[in-house]
Amino acid sequence: MDRFWRLPQNISTYGGDIDSMFHIIAWITIVVFFAVELLLVWFLFRYRAREGRKATYTHGNNRMEVAWTAGTAVIVVILGVMSRGLWLDIKDPRRFPDAGLELIVTAKQFEWNVTYPGADGVLETDDDFTVRNQLRVPANTNVRMTLRSEDVIHSFYVPELRLKQDVVPGMSIPAWFEATVPGQYVIGCAELCGIGHYSMDASFYVHTAEEWTQWNAQQQTAAAGGATTNVASADATSAEPAGSPAAAAAGTSN
Amino acid sequence: MSTVATAHESGTHDAHGQHEELPFLRKYVFSTDHKVIGIQFLFMSLLFLLFGGLLAMAMRWQLAWPTDPTNAMPGGSLLPETMFTSGVMLPEFYNALVTMHGTIMVFFAIMPLLVGVWANYLIPLQIGAEDMAFPRLNMASFWMAVPAGLLMMASFAVVGGAANAGWTGYAPLSTSDVYSGVKLGQQLWTISLVILGFSSLIGAVNYITTVINMRAPGMTWFRLPLSTWALFITSILLLLAVPVLAGGLIMLFFDITFNTGFFNPVVGGQPLLWQHLFWFFGHPEVYILILPAMGFVSDIMANGARKPIFGYKAMVWAIIAIGFIGWIVWGHHMFMSGMNPLLGGFFMVTTMMIAVPSAIKTFNWLGTLWGGNIIFHTPNLHAIAFVALFVIGGLSGIFLAAAPVDIPLHDTYFVVAHIHYVLVGGSLFGIFGAIVFWFPKMFGRMMNEPIGKLHWLLTFVFFNLTFFPMHMLGSGGMMRRLYDPTVYPHIAQHQDTNVFITVCALLLFASQFLFMFNFFWSMFRGKKASANPWNANGLEWSAPSPPPHGNWGGRQPVVHRGPYEYSSPESDEDFLMQTAPPTGRPTPAHS
Repeated sequence: MDRFWRLPQNISTYGGDIDSMFHIIAWITIVVFFAVELLLVWFLFRYRAREGRKATYTHGNNRMEVAWTAGTAVIVVILGVMSRGLWLDIKDPRRFPDAGLELIVTAKQFEWNVTYPGADGVLETDDDFTVRNQLRVPANTNVRMTLRSEDVIHSFYVPELRLKQDVVPGMSIPAWFEATVPGQYVIGCAELCGIGHYSMDASFYVHTAEEWTQWNAQQQTAAAGGATTNVASADATSAEPAGSPAAAAAGTSN
Repeated sequence: MSTVATAHESGTHDAHGQHEELPFLRKYVFSTDHKVIGIQFLFMSLLFLLFGGLLAMAMRWQLAWPTDPTNAMPGGSLLPETMFTSGVMLPEFYNALVTMHGTIMVFFAIMPLLVGVWANYLIPLQIGAEDMAFPRLNMASFWMAVPAGLLMMASFAVVGGAANAGWTGYAPLSTSDVYSGVKLGQQLWTISLVILGFSSLIGAVNYITTVINMRAPGMTWFRLPLSTWALFITSILLLLAVPVLAGGLIMLFFDITFNTGFFNPVVGGQPLLWQHLFWFFGHPEVYILILPAMGFVSDIMANGARKPIFGYKAMVWAIIAIGFIGWIVWGHHMFMSGMNPLLGGFFMVTTMMIAVPSAIKTFNWLGTLWGGNIIFHTPNLHAIAFVALFVIGGLSGIFLAAAPVDIPLHDTYFVVAHIHYVLVGGSLFGIFGAIVFWFPKMFGRMMNEPIGKLHWLLTFVFFNLTFFPMHMLGSGGMMRRLYDPTVYPHIAQHQDTNVFITVCALLLFASQFLFMFNFFWSMFRGKKASANPWNANGLEWSAPSPPPHGNWGGRQPVVHRGPYEYSSPESDEDFLMQTAPPTGRPTPAHS
């Protein structure tokens, strides 16, 4: 069935649950679809007009009305209840798992800028560093993003993560994911945002823990080297280049 | 008035024109006759339907062969440099196409084709009234729609081009030319829709008043044909929803023009406010765009099956239920907007609930066919296609209603497929059915059946080939409104599907020329129609084809029964008109 629906590879912890829900709905709708359409075609054939025949004179059947009303209601209520929990697990900040890495993603026409916490593991401090059109995260780590926009509405979309979230100017919208499969993917914009909307893509890398630690350390050093005024910060990063990202990854940042 | 009746019995086509001796301008242009106004709306909205389709073809060409000068869009070189340069369509023009295709199809094609045309034409004829309650208001309604349409078209020609922020006009993209590159076009878009909104409002007041006050003797509420019921509920939705849109549009206009910042966070505004206002209108609007078609399909299908509509009262209550629940589902358009996720949970449940009345209607249509003596005339083929395709549009809606499943599907081609199954597979097939069914009443001649059936078949086949694969593009992760889908590797791998869809869409568009030919040819050369060519029951079929000014020539029709007494034991024929006096035979008891 995956081939039929062309679902992209799933690389997030909750993507499997979304796909299961997708398939449950797909099977229910496929069964209903064939039942209704086959009945339709059968009726069209069986009750086609013939000479000298009169149609059955009936105005309906209350029992059948109740049956199909109740039947449909039961199915959709069950689907609604099943979906609600999963929905809140993914989108309700009160249910977010503890973050292993916190990031700020700032969208603007037509790029994605990702801000990392730097050596102190805390965002919005002097040692933060920002990378343009690249999101790099370690595998098997809860990543919590704060999504912001500098101009119009964009929408952060990684099909493989099964994650989409609009990015709205004036709002800081939280979102989380945990990627499980290292590799290179693409972030796309899913909300029409202007002339360059179609090419507002960015690279998304899921690294192994070692790879990510190395990359993060490099970036921190580079960022600290650039920050000529902040000596204390530069000292801290040069003293302990490998330890800080590990600490950040272990979830001490919050 | 007796002269009118005599003039009619003479049978000449223009005889009824002598009735009031109106000058040409008053009779055909600034007419207060509901039938003329309905036909005016028909011509206007079919023109927009053609134009909106043309915009879609340009989009499809770009999606199949993006930025490929060796395969440049035919006719592209005729467009100005600001749209099309050296064999390549520009992205700003593509965004304008996206925006204007949606806007024109929703507001200037489907909406008037359902409401402007048929509420005007059918309501007085189906309830037994001489005309609308407010004929001059009715004329004003049409003549406000015309400048609205002209302004919308003019926006293509202004500096910066037409609006390009999507038919949903999301702020702040729509409110700032710094972001969109368009100012005047967006202002015209806003003004045009406000004027069109007034046109709809005036119409709605008129339709509601007419149905409540002007029903013929014996025409009780539960003897109204379902077309009139659906148009009545639709009018109530219009009356309540359109002012919200108009309010939002005026705020949008102020933001664009005077930098008021209602939707601009930099000065304390809120982009989501626009979305709430737009969708609070927009979701009832979705039902405005399908309910009337459901009514037409019910009338046509009962006629085609030669059988009473199954569960008439359930059908009425389902229309009313959709009308009510339709008000509390708008948030499902905003699942991904950053709105409180608890609200998303609520809107998910209400959205799921609205599947229930939709299912009731579908099962009742099946029940109508069951045990029938089904005639496959062209209108009935369209009605059957409506049911078959509405089922798909309804079922794909369940995927999108389930908020977690909507996360990957939102703003992808899955949504594009869903909306087109409802609005083309549903509404447009309903409209085609209605046009063929009531054409003889409108113009006194039948549309050609073989051409009509061929048009139906080609439309049905190419519609499905065009839109069904879009579901898979969507679940495969193809976003909407992309100027060049090959930028993304995960979409580029499905490019052959995009080419296939474009070829089918071009064939779907080409098939519509059969309809156009049939429409105009039949208007002058079609077989002459009797008053009741389909052996139907409704009041409209007791008036001459076409009905004179005043509809029954001064005679007041009296109603004796419901509109769906097909194959009744009370009659030897397989139909029994609402106006036929009781035969004296024992009437079978029914609800």
